[in-house]
Amino acid sequence: MVHSGINVLFQGTNFMRLLLGMWTTFKIAAIAIVIGLIIGIILGILRTFHNKLLRFILRIYLEFFRIVPTVVLLFLFYYILPRQMNLHMPGTQVAMLVFALWVAAEMSDIVRGALISVPIHQKESGLAIGLTRFQLYRYVLVPQAVSLELPATINLITRVIKTTSILMLISVMDVVNIGQQIVEANNQKYPTGVFWIYGLIFLLYFLIDYPLSWWAGRLEKKRLEQTNGE
Amino acid sequence: MSWEIIKQSLPMFQQGFVLTLYLSLIGIVGSAIVGIICSLVQYFKVPVLDKVLQVYIEISRNTPLLIQLFFLYYAFPAMGIKLSAQLCGIIGLIFLGGSYMAAGFSGGFNGVSKKQVESGKAIGLSRWQLARYIVFPQGFALSIPALAANIIFLIKETSIFTVIAIPELTNTALDLIGLYYNSNEYLFVLVVAYAIILIPLSLVLTLLERRVRYGTFGN
Repeated sequence: MVHSGINVLFQGTNFMRLLLGMWTTFKIAAIAIVIGLIIGIILGILRTFHNKLLRFILRIYLEFFRIVPTVVLLFLFYYILPRQMNLHMPGTQVAMLVFALWVAAEMSDIVRGALISVPIHQKESGLAIGLTRFQLYRYVLVPQAVSLELPATINLITRVIKTTSILMLISVMDVVNIGQQIVEANNQKYPTGVFWIYGLIFLLYFLIDYPLSWWAGRLEKKRLEQTNGE
Repeated sequence: MSWEIIKQSLPMFQQGFVLTLYLSLIGIVGSAIVGIICSLVQYFKVPVLDKVLQVYIEISRNTPLLIQLFFLYYAFPAMGIKLSAQLCGIIGLIFLGGSYMAAGFSGGFNGVSKKQVESGKAIGLSRWQLARYIVFPQGFALSIPALAANIIFLIKETSIFTVIAIPELTNTALDLIGLYYNSNEYLFVLVVAYAIILIPLSLVLTLLERRVRYGTFGN
């Protein structure tokens, strides 16, 4: 008697467990994104200052997080924090820390790029009417940069959500990890269940990321139309 | 940190290094081909085909490589299709990379000035000639920075191959840590190995960006 694979989703609490796993994933991503964006905006502003040493240090920070793959970053923090600094953190917190630092690095580059592409006459006009540096950033540069950087930021967020799928490597009980457990437990009874479990996880990720990318694409298109005057 | 341990592990890392480069290369070339085809189809709005490719692009861009690999490696055999781990890795990387490359090339092709395209039409070029002599050469040059960024992205993504046990760099390091627990040494070698591949590429990327900017704006 061959059972239809899709039934594995409705066995016991399987479906709820997968959704709960997705929630864990989502929570980690959300916290990391919020912290990362805040730090990233501050670092991005700092990177437009003229202090050479500060810019150099922040550039190194960015390049490190850009060059080392996220999987490797997770392992670096997961193994080295407890050993070298005697800091024992559960996987979820390590993940939030790594993702927040990574988002901050990427965000600092987005913010810097947007700030330096605000037309120079805007900055000079601001200075001419006697704004302080803080006022210049607060009222002139940052508001204009935000609209420039929004699509890139949304794309960064979708990338973070996608990358959370690797959390199971540092044994976080995320949706992929739970999916694997369900597959292993039901492999005998539902040989094709694996198709449906991973199919559902695939769909869940798509349902979160697709609306975000769609939004980013629309904003980008609008901006292109505005600048080209079409 | 012990140099002795590092020295002993180098031959294994060397194998992983070669495999990472090899898989990346195939993945990058494959993705670039898929990307060029997708972006040309979308540029010329080929009926039906452009809608089909749009669906592919949305699915590929909005799902993680890891789940794509799990699907290929674990779910396909349940449907009767068995593929080796390395083949799954390559297919997955091209499936993911194709859409990223398509976005990069589309950006370049759309950046080709309308005047160029209309002049081409005015002198009676066919659609194929328009693509071959006007849109592709100019658009490709404009999309080189995006291409370089995608190459770096795809090489980094190969680290995810570790989940289906392909013995590339990351997998080699994790295996060694599992066997001998010398996590500091092995992680150090791992980071250095990625740096050897990616730092030169990242420098080339910066130079290319400047060159294209110079070509476009002249400063």
